[in-house]
Amino acid sequence: MMRMALGALAVSAAALFVVAPASAQDKVKIGYAISKTGPNAGGASITQIPNYEMWVKDVNAKGGLMIGGKRVPIEVVEYDDRSNSEEAVRAVERLVTQDKVDLLFPPWGTGLNLAVGPVFNKYGYPQLTFSAVTDRAPELAKRWPNSFWLLGTSKQYVDALADLLKKMRSEGKIGPNIAMISIADGFGIDLSQAARKSFGDAGFKLAYDKSYPIGTQDLSPLIGEAQRSGADTFVAFSYPPDTMALTEQSKVASYAPKVMFLGVGVGFPMYPQRFGANAEGIMSLGGWSKDNASTAAYAKKHEEMFKRGPDRWGSQIGYSSLQMLEQAIERVGKIDRAAIIKELQTGTFDTVLGKVKLVDNQMKDNYWLIGQWQDGFFVGVAPQRPGVGTPTVPKAPWKP
Amino acid sequence: MLLEVTLSGVTLGGMYALVAMGLTLQYGVARIMNLSYGELLIAAAFAALWFYSGLALSPLLGLLVVPPLAFALSYAIYRILLQPLVRRAKTRDALEVDSILATFGLLFVIQGVMLAVFGGAYYSYSYLSIPLQIAGATVAANRLLALVLAVAIGLGLYLGLTRTRLGTAVRAVAVDPVAAQLVAIDVRTASALAFALGGALVAAAGVLVSMFLTFNANLGVVFTLKALVVVIMGGVGNLLGALIAGLVLGLVENYVAVFVDPGLTLAATYAIFLLVLLVRPQGLLGRSSR
Repeated sequence: MMRMALGALAVSAAALFVVAPASAQDKVKIGYAISKTGPNAGGASITQIPNYEMWVKDVNAKGGLMIGGKRVPIEVVEYDDRSNSEEAVRAVERLVTQDKVDLLFPPWGTGLNLAVGPVFNKYGYPQLTFSAVTDRAPELAKRWPNSFWLLGTSKQYVDALADLLKKMRSEGKIGPNIAMISIADGFGIDLSQAARKSFGDAGFKLAYDKSYPIGTQDLSPLIGEAQRSGADTFVAFSYPPDTMALTEQSKVASYAPKVMFLGVGVGFPMYPQRFGANAEGIMSLGGWSKDNASTAAYAKKHEEMFKRGPDRWGSQIGYSSLQMLEQAIERVGKIDRAAIIKELQTGTFDTVLGKVKLVDNQMKDNYWLIGQWQDGFFVGVAPQRPGVGTPTVPKAPWKP
Repeated sequence: MLLEVTLSGVTLGGMYALVAMGLTLQYGVARIMNLSYGELLIAAAFAALWFYSGLALSPLLGLLVVPPLAFALSYAIYRILLQPLVRRAKTRDALEVDSILATFGLLFVIQGVMLAVFGGAYYSYSYLSIPLQIAGATVAANRLLALVLAVAIGLGLYLGLTRTRLGTAVRAVAVDPVAAQLVAIDVRTASALAFALGGALVAAAGVLVSMFLTFNANLGVVFTLKALVVVIMGGVGNLLGALIAGLVLGLVENYVAVFVDPGLTLAATYAIFLLVLLVRPQGLLGRSSR
């Protein structure tokens, strides 16, 4: 009898010994693989990596995540995926199986997020993407319920742009012709395909519609052709280096369409820095609310920490996604990934964007799709919802 | 319109030529296939950016400082890192393989330093982005300047190589390093000088293109590849060849972009490259600096 009791005691003591560290978690390990080198590094290091660093710093400054009534600090494991999808998949696998991280952050870009999607799904980690734009988002959210597609679909963006242009045309501010160019890569192909349909449905004619290869170093031939097409609306689905070159070369060519919409990079802090007053009137994806104190505070903090502002398209959405994750974890009260995913799907969260409640794992009307530089601020001008800015048409002439 | 396209094609071609001339010296004379070539260009672009935004000086002043620094750095790299390879290489092909491996490593060192200092973000600034009217066509002053300097450097070096004693020695090394030794030419010094001069040229190119291109620490390989195409098209080691090949590529790209389809510029570049390799494998103007 005595022996049995002792045995039971020993067993329960052993059990206690095993359970103890798990229940009293002393740190939360978060891992991510992101493009620190290679072609994706430019985007990743402006929109994504600063958000990760800032959020971890913010949370650890508070003492960590509030789990089970006490603050647990975050520990980060970081890898470089070298802008390569095989490498990204391998790194995420390693984070889960070797480093045994509690949570994962997603990589940068549509392509890599699609590549690692199955791995996140296999191990049941929430994947809160905010740098992926794909029309397959609704379908993907169904197939991988752990995946969240916060930056929307290409159709959303071009529909918002087409609506905006339609309104300008009905007010007699622009004509029916559009000149469109796009980069021959994922983003440009998706957006221009969606735009062809959307512009056509809205009664616009594409007077010029061409794509150009990635790495093109002189865009003046395309600008010349767009100019000669006579269209007074110019739309370019471009990458940051081309966005900069298009602005500069349009200015040199004195090409001043009434509406000038350019792709990724217009919202980057370097854009107004480089072009100053000439950024005025340029439209692009994204946009900020002028009267939102919390995004303004976020931008200020970002500037202090990194000596440069956030990307005016994806950055605030990214930081919001991390705040959502934080609140979901604290509500669940432990690292129970299935419960955290459930909370993300159904809960309402306080973020820098305001109150966010996801619909089918996507944001709905939480941010601006189209913005325009006005007096040094990238104002959201579409879709139509409270606080929307009025677009300035025609774009101001270039200043020397 | 034709004039405008031609002018923009020539300025683009001038940039290609400028970027390629240093490599043709390094590969043609010093026989080093330098894979870290583009990284040096980006490093020079960052230096120019620092001149402009850090010191509030004209990036053109950088042209007086950066290329000499790159010359010294390249000279040191050649003497310390590459000369042992040259010494032990039995044939030209063996040296090529060894130099590719060594400079591939160097690529990551330079890139890593730039990533540590500047991160992966894009950088750009505006300088001399002034429209100039030439016979009714418009061209940006900064791009025109790159073209003018490419032509000046190309012709200047060509004259230097053909009209001076040192230039003749360098050409002799390019043609046959063993025979050059027999006529009392210091092959090692001539090679080191050619390699260092190549480094100075690519640094000058980096300063100039930084005025109109957006760059980040990862973009070097783009320039290495373009330079390699131009060098092989023009004839390895041939400066005038590089100049002509660069101009041809620039013109073809812009003609194709306007008169055919901008999506086919890359295809056109490689079609010409292939054609030259099939018809004149030694390059447009032939191998080495004659």
